[in-house]
Amino acid sequence: MRQQLPLTIIFVIGVFMALQYFVPHQSSEFIYEYALDWVIIIGVFAMALGLWSLFLVHFAKIQKKSAGWGYSTIAILGLVYMLIAGALWGIEEGSPFMKIFWYIYTPIQATMFALLAFYIASAAYRAFRVRNILSTILLSAALLLMLRLIPIGPLSGPIQDIDRWILGVPNLAAKRAIIIGVGLGIVATAIKVVLGIERSYLGKD
Amino acid sequence: MSHRIKAFLALLTVALPLTAFSQDTLTLPAPPQEVQAFDTPNDNGHSIAIRWKLSADDGAGANSVTMYEILRAESPEGEFVSRGVVAAGTSTYDDRGDKNTNRPNYFPSGTNFYYKIRAKAGELSSDSEVAGPASAKGQWYHTGKTVVLIFMGIFMIFVLIFIRQAQKGKELYVRPIGGIAAVDEAIGRATEMGRPILYVMGLGAPNDIASIASYTILSRIAKKTAEYQTPILVPCNDPIMMSIAQETVRTAYLDAGRPDAYKEENIYFVTSMQFAYVAAVNGIMLREKTATNFYLGKFFAESLILAETGSIAGSIQISGTDEVAQIPFFVAATDYTLIGEELYAASAYLGREPLLLGTLKAQDWAKGLIMVLLIGGALAATLHWDFFVKLFSVKV
Amino acid sequence: MAFYEKLMGLDRRWVYLSVGIAVLIPFFIPFDVPVYTTPEVKAVYDFVESLKEGEVLFLAIDYDPNAMAELHPTARVIMRQAFSQNVKLVISALSQNGPGMAEQLISEISKEFGKKSGIDYCYLGYKPYPGITILAMGQDFRIPFPSDYYGVPLDSMPMMRRIKNYDDVKAVIDVTGTNAIDFWLVNANARYKVKLAAAVTGVMAADYYPYLQSGQLFGLLSGLKGASEYEVLANQKGFAFSGMRIQTIAHIVVILFIVIGNIGFFISRTQRKK
Repeated sequence: MRQQLPLTIIFVIGVFMALQYFVPHQSSEFIYEYALDWVIIIGVFAMALGLWSLFLVHFAKIQKKSAGWGYSTIAILGLVYMLIAGALWGIEEGSPFMKIFWYIYTPIQATMFALLAFYIASAAYRAFRVRNILSTILLSAALLLMLRLIPIGPLSGPIQDIDRWILGVPNLAAKRAIIIGVGLGIVATAIKVVLGIERSYLGKD
Repeated sequence: MSHRIKAFLALLTVALPLTAFSQDTLTLPAPPQEVQAFDTPNDNGHSIAIRWKLSADDGAGANSVTMYEILRAESPEGEFVSRGVVAAGTSTYDDRGDKNTNRPNYFPSGTNFYYKIRAKAGELSSDSEVAGPASAKGQWYHTGKTVVLIFMGIFMIFVLIFIRQAQKGKELYVRPIGGIAAVDEAIGRATEMGRPILYVMGLGAPNDIASIASYTILSRIAKKTAEYQTPILVPCNDPIMMSIAQETVRTAYLDAGRPDAYKEENIYFVTSMQFAYVAAVNGIMLREKTATNFYLGKFFAESLILAETGSIAGSIQISGTDEVAQIPFFVAATDYTLIGEELYAASAYLGREPLLLGTLKAQDWAKGLIMVLLIGGALAATLHWDFFVKLFSVKV
Repeated sequence: MAFYEKLMGLDRRWVYLSVGIAVLIPFFIPFDVPVYTTPEVKAVYDFVESLKEGEVLFLAIDYDPNAMAELHPTARVIMRQAFSQNVKLVISALSQNGPGMAEQLISEISKEFGKKSGIDYCYLGYKPYPGITILAMGQDFRIPFPSDYYGVPLDSMPMMRRIKNYDDVKAVIDVTGTNAIDFWLVNANARYKVKLAAAVTGVMAADYYPYLQSGQLFGLLSGLKGASEYEVLANQKGFAFSGMRIQTIAHIVVILFIVIGNIGFFISRTQRKK
């Protein structure tokens, strides 16, 4: 029963949503919109589950004084502070919540994103070697596309044209091929889930 | 000259120019012709389509029509109300409204309406004949999407044929994929080194196909880690994904006969914020010194940060995503990469179950069919065979 | 260790240090870098330029603060161009951490041009599940957003009285660093046929050229470069334009390291053959 009920629900709703795409009638639209509302409601409840899991994991680390328990303390304090600050003083500009958002969270986010600049350099240095034909093509394309952003006088124009060709022709061809494959994969995976062929996510007793 | 003659001449002097002027103002623009009003096809029943033949004065002559106004009434003699205006040169209009009765622009389904088109040229206008009655009705089938339905049907037939063949025991060949072949070696390495495995399911939503593919692969990998008694860490970006991952891993340990070895605290929710999640996962890699990292799912800008940090930590890395923009980063920075649909196929490769392999073969045949159609389409476009393009057009 | 082996196996910290120094140099030695405009950016600029007073443009600010450096200049320059032409804006922020940041930008620019909420622009704010929200807006903006970000009902706004859904806006320009653009493509452009342009991060741009070629996107801005091109076209040289010199130097450093690595690799291959 534990597996049968979810599988039945998945099958019925999966088939309905697949057929709904072909039915423009208002009643089909109504059920579709109703289902979408429920996705949002389930998401909100799931967030509560997630917060509980987060709290339990970090609290256990603090209790046992495991390695890195100090970071767990900061995580819990941050979580509790933002919850209370948001609830008590709101989230308008200038509120304690927004101050933490702008002066701590945003710079940290930007810092993490900025790491990419350094990591791209080290990844490019490691990976772009002329080992074989394919890696040579990869290297050449990467170099040409990077040169696009560097003004090199009279060569800039021809390089822009080559880059537009690279982005518009081989890149596009490869991307379309991957999209077609991914599209078929999506349909196949959806069929596997709806028909219950793939059911590892359901668990068992 | 007598007073009467003078008065008559004065009258003529004033009246003649006036007559000439009023003759010009009385020339109305030609009305639109052949107005048709009918239920908009393939819709939810709250729209009527109106078509007409342009006025003869559209874009020509002194009385050049500048716009058309669409008027509607509930009876041919009733009060006509404006429903919209379109520019000159336009001969179509869809009178649409809301399906909710409590909205101001509610458009009732099944009510008869009458339409006429007013051609306007400045202050002057002329109306067409009244067309109608027309009423909006919802359709139960969208004829414009028939091509999609046919392809869905063909694909389903392929799936059923190959599943049947697989169930009968026929050997279905699937080409080897480096990343999938390396999974056993990667897990073995972690076992030998006595270090945990990190499994990152990406930042997709639980209903994303890449996420579904990821937790189906997780069940296979978790079963192996249960057999080898290697810890597996699964930090999650989404609470629903966390619940599914916990259930998946628990079941895998059960199937491997090691339910006691399952540790729920190894599969936990971190945060749904992108870079906060990446920071947490990077911390795990560097502190726990994971021997093997799997990045399988939907990834965005954080893909390179994860891969490079894993490289710094000395982990063997197997990645797979359907996000095309991130594939080059994974190719450059990880040891093995599953590209696009290879991620979806991985579960079939690892499990080798007939049903899954059958679906994989069906995908390959569908791809073959698409290749044939692509070649046909390219030929048709070159030879200007428009019917071929029209055959496959989808009207949403 | 032989010299060529050192070239091939440089400690990554030298790479990070070099990139760090390269990024700092332009702050002390400012210089201008010529920016060449591409057709895909010009298409967006020309479109906004062609809008008449009172026409409505939908600006979707779908990015988080982490993509601010790349995308904020784009949102800023488009908003300024629209307001300078008295084009009305409907603005959404369908990224979880984006609404506050978007609100700051809108307040700053609306004050500069004396524009009022509800009359010249309507800031809808954030709703979760962007795909569903974008789909619902195709029917009526009021379905996901009965009121705007500030809690004012849409029906009470003079501007929104004649604006119901995508049919009433001239185009949607999505400024995003997430997969929100995919939802705009499928749920707005494909389903409701609204004109769509995108301004995405540099990394994402290569992904969206197919949509530009197929006509689903009428324009595409790629990261900071796209923003700098737009600033040049709109004659509003700002952060993006000055950011190009930093980007140029950083790219030169990366190219140098690639060359160094390959020199070491070639020499080691020659040595091994001997």
